[in-house]
Amino acid sequence: MKKQLLVAAIENGTVIDHIPAEKLFAVVNLLHLEDMKTAVTIGYNLQSQELGTKSIIKIADKFFTDEELNQLAVICPNLTLCIIRDYEIVEKRTVALPDDLRGIVKCANPKCITNNEPMLTHFHVHGQDRRALMCHYCNTIIPLDDVQMVEK
Amino acid sequence: MEKRSLVTIADHSREKIEYLIQMAQEFEKHPNRRLLEGRIVATLFFEPSTRTRLSFETAANRLGARVIGFADPKVTSGTKGETLKDTIMMVSNYADIIVMRHHLEGAARYASEIAPVPIVNAGDGANQHPSQTMLDLYSIYKTQGRLDNLDIFLVGDLKYGRTVHSMLTAMYHFSPTFHFIAPEELAMPEIYKQFCREHGIRYVEHTDFNADVISGADILYMTRVQRERFTDLMEYERVKDRYLLKLDMLSKARPNMKILHPLPRVNEIEYSIDENPHAYYFEQARNGLYARQALLCDALGITLDDIRNDKTIIE
Repeated sequence: MKKQLLVAAIENGTVIDHIPAEKLFAVVNLLHLEDMKTAVTIGYNLQSQELGTKSIIKIADKFFTDEELNQLAVICPNLTLCIIRDYEIVEKRTVALPDDLRGIVKCANPKCITNNEPMLTHFHVHGQDRRALMCHYCNTIIPLDDVQMVEK
Repeated sequence: MEKRSLVTIADHSREKIEYLIQMAQEFEKHPNRRLLEGRIVATLFFEPSTRTRLSFETAANRLGARVIGFADPKVTSGTKGETLKDTIMMVSNYADIIVMRHHLEGAARYASEIAPVPIVNAGDGANQHPSQTMLDLYSIYKTQGRLDNLDIFLVGDLKYGRTVHSMLTAMYHFSPTFHFIAPEELAMPEIYKQFCREHGIRYVEHTDFNADVISGADILYMTRVQRERFTDLMEYERVKDRYLLKLDMLSKARPNMKILHPLPRVNEIEYSIDENPHAYYFEQARNGLYARQALLCDALGITLDDIRNDKTIIE
C-alpha cells in the first residue's frame, strides 16, 4: 500500500530527510534557505520510526555542492539526501563528516589566529568517536554539539 | 632548499628529537662558527620577549648570520592594521628564515603555510613554544645521560603552563613517569591526562609538596604560580608559598636530581638553592643557545653531517 506523502513531491531538486526535529532551523540557517528563490517545502515534527520525530526539507531545482554537504554533516551526522529528477530519486546519499573542514566552522578560541586574520578556518575531526573537532591552528578542541559555523 | 619550519615539537619523531640533541651537542663543543655567514635571520616579536629574542639572536650571531627584525610590536605596521600575512610576505623578501613570537595562538602555523621561507615558532600565545621544549629536553639529556624511563616531577601552574604541556607531548616517546604537583585550581587539565592515558604514560597527582614527595624525582621542573591566574585571590594567598622549593626539601633527593625552571623565577625557588648542586636553571638557560643554534640550522636545511664536517669553526 502506498503511503500518503506528508510533504508534497517535487519535480527536480533535493530532499533532505531524517533531520532530527530540533536541528531543522540550524539546517535552514546553514543553507540560507531564506534566500532561496525556488519553492522550499519544510516538514517539521513529522513521525519517524528511527528518530521519533524528524524534519524534512524539499528544495526545488537546487543541487548542493560537496562543501555545502560537509557543513550539514557538522550539524547532523546522519542525514539522508535524495537528488530528484523528474519526480524520481536518481541518487540517494548520506552525508559523512570529512576528516578536514576548511572555512566552515568557527574557532571557539578568541585568541586563535583564525579569529583575527582574514583567512579560512581549518579543523580536523578529533577523538576515536569522531564527536569533536580540533583547530588546526590553535589546537582548541570543540565538541560537535557546541560547534558554531563561520558567518558568511 | 627544502622548507622546514618548526611550529611544534609534536611534529617531531623520537629520532628527530635525538638528532636535534646531537646537533646541540656539536654546538656546545664549538658555538662560534661561520656556518650561517651570508644568511639573514629575521626575528619578528609581535609580542615582547627579551629572553627568547636574545637567545635566538645570540644563536644566529654566533653562527655568523646577520639579524634583522623588531622587538616591539608598536613599531610595526600591525598597529596600522596590516595583517600578519602581509608582514610575513614582506619580510620573506628580505630574510632566509623568520623567527617569530606572536600573542595569537596558531600564528606560527599559519605563517609557515604562507611564507616561502622557513618559520621558527618562538611562542604563539598559550599554544606552543618548541625552542623552550627543545632546550628542556637537551637539559634533561645532558644531566641524566638519557631521555628514557625518567621520573619527571612538574610543579606549580600545570593548568596554564605552556612549557609543561609541551614537555608531556615531547616526552611521550621516551616512556617517562610524570608526577603532577599543583594546587587544585591549577591542576593538570583533563585533556593532558587523557593524552597520557592514551599514550601509556604513567602519572601520579599530588597536592602536597615536600621532601618525601620529591625524593623519587630525576627532574624537578618548577613553574611560576601566577597571581593573575586565580579567580579567587584568597586561594592564591593560601597556596602561593606552598609550592616554594626550600633548601631543606632537597634532603632526600636522588643524587642525579636536577631542578629546572623556564625562568623568570619569582618566588618558586629559594635563592639559597642557587649554589646547590641540584640547581640547574641557569645552565638550562645557556643550553637554550645551543638548542636554538640546532633549530635554526635544521630549519635552513643544514644537516648533522654538515655540522660535524664544518670547517668554519672559530676557536
